[in-house]
Amino acid sequence: MYEELKDYGFTVITVALDKSPDDPRPFIEAAAPTHPSLIDPEHLLADLYRIINVPTVVWIDERGNIVRPNDAAFGSDMFKELTGIDPKPHLDALRAWVKHNELPLAPNNVRDYQVLPTAEEQLARAEFSLAWYLYQLGKPEAAERHFVRAGELAPHDFTIRRGSMPIRGLDPMGPAFAELYSEWIAAGRPYYKVIPLPGR
Amino acid sequence: MTEPNFTLIDEGRAVAVAATVDGDRVQLSPAALRAALGWEVKPQGLCKDDRCVPIAARADVVTAAGVDLAGFAAVLSRPLALDVGARAAYFGAAAADRAAQLASLQAPDFTLPDLNGRPHALSDYRGKKVLLVAYASW
Repeated sequence: MYEELKDYGFTVITVALDKSPDDPRPFIEAAAPTHPSLIDPEHLLADLYRIINVPTVVWIDERGNIVRPNDAAFGSDMFKELTGIDPKPHLDALRAWVKHNELPLAPNNVRDYQVLPTAEEQLARAEFSLAWYLYQLGKPEAAERHFVRAGELAPHDFTIRRGSMPIRGLDPMGPAFAELYSEWIAAGRPYYKVIPLPGR
Repeated sequence: MTEPNFTLIDEGRAVAVAATVDGDRVQLSPAALRAALGWEVKPQGLCKDDRCVPIAARADVVTAAGVDLAGFAAVLSRPLALDVGARAAYFGAAAADRAAQLASLQAPDFTLPDLNGRPHALSDYRGKKVLLVAYASW
């Protein structure tokens, strides 16, 4: 997709919310992207954009304006069956925007599809950041208290709860994830707002 | 001035400060607060640059023992994660600031490294359409 669109004044920027460059390194080296592929152990991007799960995409225009806020979208069919998300409508809309300037949302409607952070969510991020700092300092027990607290404050934020599992020695595909996932289902799958897409 | 015994992290920037720890309370001298976070105690309240936040209604924030860290965070509506035992605290960004930035629709700028450690800023790509993708290996 990037190769198809890169000559139209377009770039992809990927950001890995991973604790170490070594975690996404195999993906990055296999894909050998020619676009920027960045590493964000501090979860700065999650804080700035209120990202609560991956993958999350945001469309930003030539002037640095958000024209399509946070949404879940995949670049390939790999997760189609698992997540029920068909990548095609998003990719079609992306092509129409990049090649023909077709805006995905009327500019006055973009805000309607944003979910803005709450004080509790920001406190959860501060707890996560303190935990990550303490972990790097070699204080895993102190870190654990704050990872747990962060998860209690933002129980449906996968970047915090699932994203901390590899740091805490928990399997992000294992029982801790199953518990998080069933809580999320029981809560009515709280997520981003559903942005209209032709064909979705 | 006593030796630094406490780490304050202000949105990712760590500063060592001399603090008085008493149970759950952590207090800084006004001079230490100013050096670490840039906020000053003035008659009109807590001030930084041109901005002052009144604290008259919060007698617990500034006392003879110093500036109370939790009270200071509350006055500024900023999240504070505190570990008294580990002698560290993290000041996050206020929800209202983050919300205002997002609602402005100006994409928040950031600078992050690639695998080779080379920094990239979002603003380096001004003039192009950008698909920003957050993902993870987990």
